[in-house]
Amino acid sequence: MNFWQVCLEAFRAMSMNRLRAGLTMLGIIIGVGAVVLMLAIGESVREDINRRIDTMGSNVMVILPGSSTSNGVRAGRGAAQTLTLSDSAALAQLPVFSNVAPIVQQPFQVANGANNWNATVYGVGPEYFEIKDWTTDKGSLFGDVEMRSVSRVAVVGSTVAANLFGESDPIGQTIRIRSRPFEIIGVLATKGSDLGGGDQDDAIFIPLSTARQQLIRSWTPGSIQYILAQAASAEQVQEAVYDSTELLRTRHRIREEQEDDFTVRDLASIAEAAQGIATALTLLLGAIGSISLLVGGIGIMNIMLVSVTERTREIGIRMALGAKRRDVLLQFLTEAIVICVCGGAIGVLLAYLGSVAISKLSPMEVGISTSGIIIAFSFSALIGIFFGFYPARRAAGLKPVEALRYE
Amino acid sequence: MPSANRAPFSKVAEKNARGPLIALTDIRKSYFNGDLETPVLHGVNVTIKHGEFVAIMGQSGSGKSTLMNILGCLDTPTKGSYILNGREVEKLSDNELAQVRNETIGFVFQGFNLLKRMPLVDNVALPLLYAGVSMAEARKRAALKLAQTGLGDFLKRLPNQISGGQQQRVAISRALVCEPALILADEPTGNLDTTTSVEIMNLFTRLNEEQGMSILIVTHEPDVAKYAKRLVRLKDGYVTYDGPVADAHL
Ligand SMILES: Nc1ncnc2c1ncn2[C@@H]1O[C@H](COP(=O)(O)OP(=O)(O)OP(=O)(O)O)[C@@H](O)[C@H]1O
Ligand SMILES: [Mg+2]
Repeated sequence: MNFWQVCLEAFRAMSMNRLRAGLTMLGIIIGVGAVVLMLAIGESVREDINRRIDTMGSNVMVILPGSSTSNGVRAGRGAAQTLTLSDSAALAQLPVFSNVAPIVQQPFQVANGANNWNATVYGVGPEYFEIKDWTTDKGSLFGDVEMRSVSRVAVVGSTVAANLFGESDPIGQTIRIRSRPFEIIGVLATKGSDLGGGDQDDAIFIPLSTARQQLIRSWTPGSIQYILAQAASAEQVQEAVYDSTELLRTRHRIREEQEDDFTVRDLASIAEAAQGIATALTLLLGAIGSISLLVGGIGIMNIMLVSVTERTREIGIRMALGAKRRDVLLQFLTEAIVICVCGGAIGVLLAYLGSVAISKLSPMEVGISTSGIIIAFSFSALIGIFFGFYPARRAAGLKPVEALRYE
Repeated sequence: MPSANRAPFSKVAEKNARGPLIALTDIRKSYFNGDLETPVLHGVNVTIKHGEFVAIMGQSGSGKSTLMNILGCLDTPTKGSYILNGREVEKLSDNELAQVRNETIGFVFQGFNLLKRMPLVDNVALPLLYAGVSMAEARKRAALKLAQTGLGDFLKRLPNQISGGQQQRVAISRALVCEPALILADEPTGNLDTTTSVEIMNLFTRLNEEQGMSILIVTHEPDVAKYAKRLVRLKDGYVTYDGPVADAHL
């Protein structure tokens, strides 16, 4: 018998008992659907996290005022203003850093004529954009010239642009921050949320010098809120953490037994942790799907065993007519595989519909990859072979006389 | 026309010159139930030539079906030698046995044993598929065989849509489709009424006389046995008579 004849027989056997074949298939449909959908969800979560990580910049660490050790008495981290522009400048001298960006920030009510919007205003230098590797969609970023001239220029995120200007082009327009006019020179490319879920596009960037002199005044001269620093390479991140800690301890005259009055946090390790969580989540979801696929596979085996018993006489007849053991084995194996592959196809389809529904109903963008579909297909065929083999071998192992005598 | 009849017989004689179709020497068969041995055949010696039409009779439980299963390579004897068409059956592998059942033997059963879910034409085509013939060719040959047994109009029907006699004719078509050397029929008329039995036996007679087909049937009914040329009578696993039907006291 050739392949097509065996397949035809398998379809014929299935169509004889449609309800049973359908219910058996349902197990595989659910299993394959679950695996494909769960993996797709896991994958989309991972992609989402990676996208957020990408917007952080690479080899970046953040240096915050205040100690990270919490003993309950101390005010929250960042409460004491212990970082200054000269700290930042000193850090920039360290060879391990390629970029150091001092930052101040504060939320403001921002207006464009009658339009109002509350956004965080960041005072940053051009290094900030270099560290983050951010570019503009429209217009341009500000540079050292604007920093030195204390210009009232602003680069806005896409959320701010949309809320203040709608469809019209913000470039060249003026917004008012605390009634001071700022000219918009650039709109940043959309970044989406950061790892903490905050909207990174709901931000306005102005030169640090302008911010410190005209918007965000502080009691301590030269003080800034935090520093973003970028190590020259991934290998140098640890060294950079160590060097910056040492430098700041010296500069702040912290004695041996005293704790740091600042915190150096390595964002790469946070990114790694987030990626670890995403991987674990994907594995977990995959495991849940696999278990349902396993249950479906056991269902196949169960039904195939019943089917072999029921059709013992048929097997005997076939053997009397010249079926070799291999023919009988292939026949039952093919039946199991056909059920699994059909179930797999429907499962993939359902998973696809599920992914479309999830993408519509939730903020998540779930896409089913071709490789996912191929894997699911081969996996369901494999399930068919694995769980169909034992019943098929049992059928093939029957003795012709005994099979024929079976009532 | 004698020439039309003589052609198959010259072929039969040619085959017999090379040796008998079946040679059973001291065939013994016991069934084992745990340690309990039930001897059923106690040394059967029978030789059957090509072109013979043999009836096997005997009381219920005398071992007729057991013998038929051994002859049909569906079961193996506990002891003894069986040579079928020049091949020593006990030396054949599982695959070779399947091939022998496919090519050399055509089975006809009491209960017809058609596959319920297949149209008649596919039932008849099945042995050809196991022989490696393509689906289209197998269906063509099956349709031809069915037409020869008068069932040319029923190709697409399912077995439960025709009468018992017709089903048995389908089974005979299926037995014949691979052009076997031998037809083995275990009580082929057991489930049929007298008229239908006569039809079936006439069909066997025609096959034997016109095509020189070797036929072995098991039956309880003397009327059926009379269609054969030779009778083998079994009693409790021993052959008690082996000779022309005409000389036997039926
Ligand atoms: N699988 C088996 N296990 C044990 N004993 C068996 C088995 N098959 C047959 N027998 C015994 O072997 C003996 C011969 O059985 P067999 O079926 O060959 O008889 P038979 O001549 O065909 O009878 P009938 O005319 O009723 O069909 C019987 O006594 C039966 O009980
Ligand atoms: Mg019997």
